[in-house]
Amino acid sequence: MTDSRCMSDAGAVRFRPGDRVRVRVAYPIGHVRTPLYVRGKPGIIERICGTFPNPEELAYARAGLPALPLYRVRFLQRDLWPDYAGHPADVLEAEIYQHWLQAEDISR
Amino acid sequence: MRELLIAKGVLRADDVRRQVEAMDARGPRRGAIMVARAWTDPAFKRRMLEDGSAAARELGLDIGPVKLIVVENTHDVHNVIVCTLCSCYPRNLLGLPPDWYKSRSYRSRTVREPRAVLAEFGTAIAPDTQVRVHDSTADMRYLVLPRRPGHTEHLGEAELATLVTRDSMIGVSVAVFMPSADATVRT
Amino acid sequence: MALSDPDTYPYRSHHDMGGLPAAAVVPAEHDYAIWEKRVDAMLVLLGNRPEPLVRTDELRRNIESLGSDAYDRMSYYERWIFSIAQTLIQRGVITVDELGRRIEQVSARDSAHD
Repeated sequence: MTDSRCMSDAGAVRFRPGDRVRVRVAYPIGHVRTPLYVRGKPGIIERICGTFPNPEELAYARAGLPALPLYRVRFLQRDLWPDYAGHPADVLEAEIYQHWLQAEDISR
Repeated sequence: MRELLIAKGVLRADDVRRQVEAMDARGPRRGAIMVARAWTDPAFKRRMLEDGSAAARELGLDIGPVKLIVVENTHDVHNVIVCTLCSCYPRNLLGLPPDWYKSRSYRSRTVREPRAVLAEFGTAIAPDTQVRVHDSTADMRYLVLPRRPGHTEHLGEAELATLVTRDSMIGVSVAVFMPSADATVRT
Repeated sequence: MALSDPDTYPYRSHHDMGGLPAAAVVPAEHDYAIWEKRVDAMLVLLGNRPEPLVRTDELRRNIESLGSDAYDRMSYYERWIFSIAQTLIQRGVITVDELGRRIEQVSARDSAHD
């Protein structure tokens, strides 16, 4: 994702419920609401929560605009933890901001 | 800090006192009211699952700017709530969170081994029930709609609300009804 | 990517603890002391105004900046008051000197009563 694309269409909703996504692998310094344990993991959009000012900016007393789309992403627990011992259908759902998500190519 | 801020006019002592009193008065009762209504009114339940904040407002519960998502426990699904990054919690519906919810153990392990954590609360989940963990990472707040206990058909909404515990709305336990203990109507 | 393998990611902020090994959950809770309730009240009042003086995000970020030792040893509301103070200093609502003098004043008053 280039910087200019980030700025111009950051607020546009890219994903719909059911879309397969993957959390980006990135380790920025600073205030981030994408936990380590989901980075790089595949998931499915469960719902669009709405658009909200970016917490990564609000944390520094900046406005956090434009508001960014926030999604609930559903992950299979067995995709998150190599040793997951519960039911294979067990899931974890977390709210992830759009700029942390990339479309997952289902032909992979 | 409080004294400094009052001395500088940033805060007023009266406001601090009033806010403390407001939080003191706020236990899990509001959440229980929502659950009891959902148990007795299927149309309300549908609306609540669709938009938790709107449903709360419908009942006259002022939950402020919170975006509430209510997740339903069923025979096939058990939900549990955690905030791994800090300790986000639906305070306006449940009051202040308990220490264990904010503990390292709960925040670290609930996402990874929810069934083991639930067992530590004395809650056994059937092997073929799906467990859904909700990590409250951003602006949403969560309430679990526990399953209505059996043998409660004769109970009114107010009595049903007394069965709904805070822990059942976090998802670490379930709502229960003990017929022998409920000889009188409790408000 | 194994979370237990530190080579898979450059660093972990101490607060980002999902999935780390930990002890059994002790279902303990305590009744909040008045100072704790006041800290909570202060945050609500500082955030709940047309121009918030402390946003939840700033609170979180300043808590996250605590070293791991401080984070673990401080109680929940100790972390909050630390973070509220940091945020207000960052925003210029109070100065370090003002805070230092007030703490000095309150401590002297409290020990005079002992």
